[in-house]
Amino acid sequence: MSDTNLQKARARKERMLGAEAIIRSLEAEDVTICWGIPGGAILPLYDAFMAIDHSIEHVLVRHEQGAGHMAQGYARATGKVGVCIATSGPGATNLVTPIADAFLDSTPLVAITGQVPTHLIGTDAFQEADITGIVMPIVKHSFLVQKAEDIPKAIHEAFHIASTGRPGPVLVDIPKDLQLTEIDFAYVDTIDLVGYSPEFPRELEGIEAAADLIAHSRKPVLYVGGGVINGEASDDLILLAEAMQVPVTTTLLAKGAFPDSHPLSVQMPGMHGSKYANWTIHRSDLLITVGARFDDRVTGKLDAFAPGAKIIHFDIDPAEVSKNRFADVSLVGELRATLPALRDAVIARKDNAARLEAQGEWLRDVQSWKRDNPFRYKKGDKLKPQYVVEAFDKALKGKDAIWVTGVGQHQMWAAQFLSIDGPRRWLTSGGLGTMGFGVPAAIGAQQGCPDAYVVNFDGDGCFQMTMQELATARCYDVPAIHAVMNNGWLGMVRQWQELFHGERYSETNLFGTIPDFVKLAEAYGVLALRAETEAEVDAVVAEAIAARRPTVIDFRIDEEEKVYPMVPSGAASHEMIDQAWDNEWVEEGV
Amino acid sequence: MATPGHHTLSVLVENRPGVLSRVSGLFSRRGFNIDSLAVGPTERADRSVITIRVDCTRHSVEQVVKQLDKLIDVIRVLEVHPDMAIERELLLIKVQADATHRLEIMRMAEVFNARVVDAGADSLLLECVEHPDRLAALEELLAPYTIVEAVRTGRVAMTRASVANDEGRAPLRILG
Repeated sequence: MSDTNLQKARARKERMLGAEAIIRSLEAEDVTICWGIPGGAILPLYDAFMAIDHSIEHVLVRHEQGAGHMAQGYARATGKVGVCIATSGPGATNLVTPIADAFLDSTPLVAITGQVPTHLIGTDAFQEADITGIVMPIVKHSFLVQKAEDIPKAIHEAFHIASTGRPGPVLVDIPKDLQLTEIDFAYVDTIDLVGYSPEFPRELEGIEAAADLIAHSRKPVLYVGGGVINGEASDDLILLAEAMQVPVTTTLLAKGAFPDSHPLSVQMPGMHGSKYANWTIHRSDLLITVGARFDDRVTGKLDAFAPGAKIIHFDIDPAEVSKNRFADVSLVGELRATLPALRDAVIARKDNAARLEAQGEWLRDVQSWKRDNPFRYKKGDKLKPQYVVEAFDKALKGKDAIWVTGVGQHQMWAAQFLSIDGPRRWLTSGGLGTMGFGVPAAIGAQQGCPDAYVVNFDGDGCFQMTMQELATARCYDVPAIHAVMNNGWLGMVRQWQELFHGERYSETNLFGTIPDFVKLAEAYGVLALRAETEAEVDAVVAEAIAARRPTVIDFRIDEEEKVYPMVPSGAASHEMIDQAWDNEWVEEGV
Repeated sequence: MATPGHHTLSVLVENRPGVLSRVSGLFSRRGFNIDSLAVGPTERADRSVITIRVDCTRHSVEQVVKQLDKLIDVIRVLEVHPDMAIERELLLIKVQADATHRLEIMRMAEVFNARVVDAGADSLLLECVEHPDRLAALEELLAPYTIVEAVRTGRVAMTRASVANDEGRAPLRILG
């Protein structure tokens, strides 16, 4: 927290309502914006928002899920804690999806919910839900505040827990009567959590062992996850990779943590990753894992993942080490400390020049796989989604762009065809795979980074899950562009049905003209565009980027287009199919 | 004797509402199997100890410990090694005991340090505080007499007094 806000909070000794204490506590945590919807049990807080002078902008959304994803988009674009607010019962349960999403993608999020008055808890009162119980498996921690005096302490601890160590969501449930209780505000800036000590690094003794494994490796690869972004360690990673001269693969969550345009980048591994990333991992003899967690969408069949590789695992969360794959050497700690330490240790070794020499052939192999097997698609009569992604990528080259997605085919096309060179510029729902993430996350990211160009690649299925937030975009004039890849289907499910379920398209047809997205967008008063040909794409992309106002574009894309390459579920990660080209299993590149 | 794959964890927690659900919820969510669980206060009013017997045939005990340690309310997780600890459990058991078998059962109880805490016309209620394996043996011996009802508390454990108390083995006292 900034010194001035802290001093203000410490100096504040007035009597005030619990509701006002919430606002003063948020101010002390440097919160400048939050998202939510009022309701019965949180009314006193909303009353205080209007009754007192404060420095927090509240954004009124149209569904609490939107508030949660906006706070997430803000948090992931800025690195700050996102804050969302809801009332008890259905308000709180509508936050469950973003809370789960933030948990799986390690996003710092504080959710504040109203609760029925203390004396009604447990009586099945109107709009009562045991929200701390409901979210227990999907939060880093939660508080059900019992005394009004505890409000500042609970909020301070919530921010501390959400933002330190491995970030995650924290819920603070505050009964209505406590919001209406007068207290002597005393901001507690000490932390009293004996069971929580995220101070890192904890271990540096593994560094020498790691350097040793690297020295003896002939085929090392850096396998990089979202932890590098949360740990603000992109620069350290680049220095490490360049010193070591090893290929770098970045997971879906890590896109941008290492520049896509870097010669050492082999981009995304996994189910729809690059052939060269998966082959590199499969052939590797040493996986230097950095803030990644061996997710099944990366590994495919776990037993067959990097079968000949030893594992070095860097993570801030000790529980990730050896969770899915045994780690030969582990380094638990902040990547900003451990990565430079490893770099120093690697460079300091007398045999480093010999290692570089010995690994040269490997690097050349990897680079030839990369050169010969780029992501690609075939043009056809109908508009291809990859062309749309490339058009935006080209148009925003050199500008500060933030890319957001929903979940499904469009998400994978964006991941494959966008070239992103910096952290916090790619916001996607990875772990939970939350359809509907795109629209609100893009709004939140844009509000956190007003000068950036925010583009949400969405699917027509995803878009319809949270499109009511166009009202929020319009009311607050949030100029993010929502590029709807409209193929009229739940496309990724359709792809699986086509490939693995005998083309039985069970309940996946969305009829791409219902609704008419242009008319819908016009109804919300935002810029509404449509494109069906490449020429139209070029024109609408330019128009949308120039407009700097909330925009929806209906891209009518080829419904037959699939995402390739693909590792079928349960297959080994190097066994990819690419039916668009050779209609057969792709063998390894060597 | 500890069966392979089974481990006893002594989990020191902050005595806060919901802490037991957090711990037990973690086990169900992660698919860890609990054999037994006992919870009670410690020498400090703001701390409790949860003693968990966990079946680690599917997960490594290290993973269980690390996940428990991530819970904010969990202060410390100790794996209690049987040869360095005293493990005890309380058994209450009601056995059919007519006049012909009564003395026999009472003698057997004596061997196991069990006490008769109540007696009816044709049954005896025994209590026994012992190592869980000894309780199992007692139950087995009483089975032929027909066990009407039996209930066990789940084991609690403490490192031996002869084992040095360093930071990793803070004194844990189990009451009640």
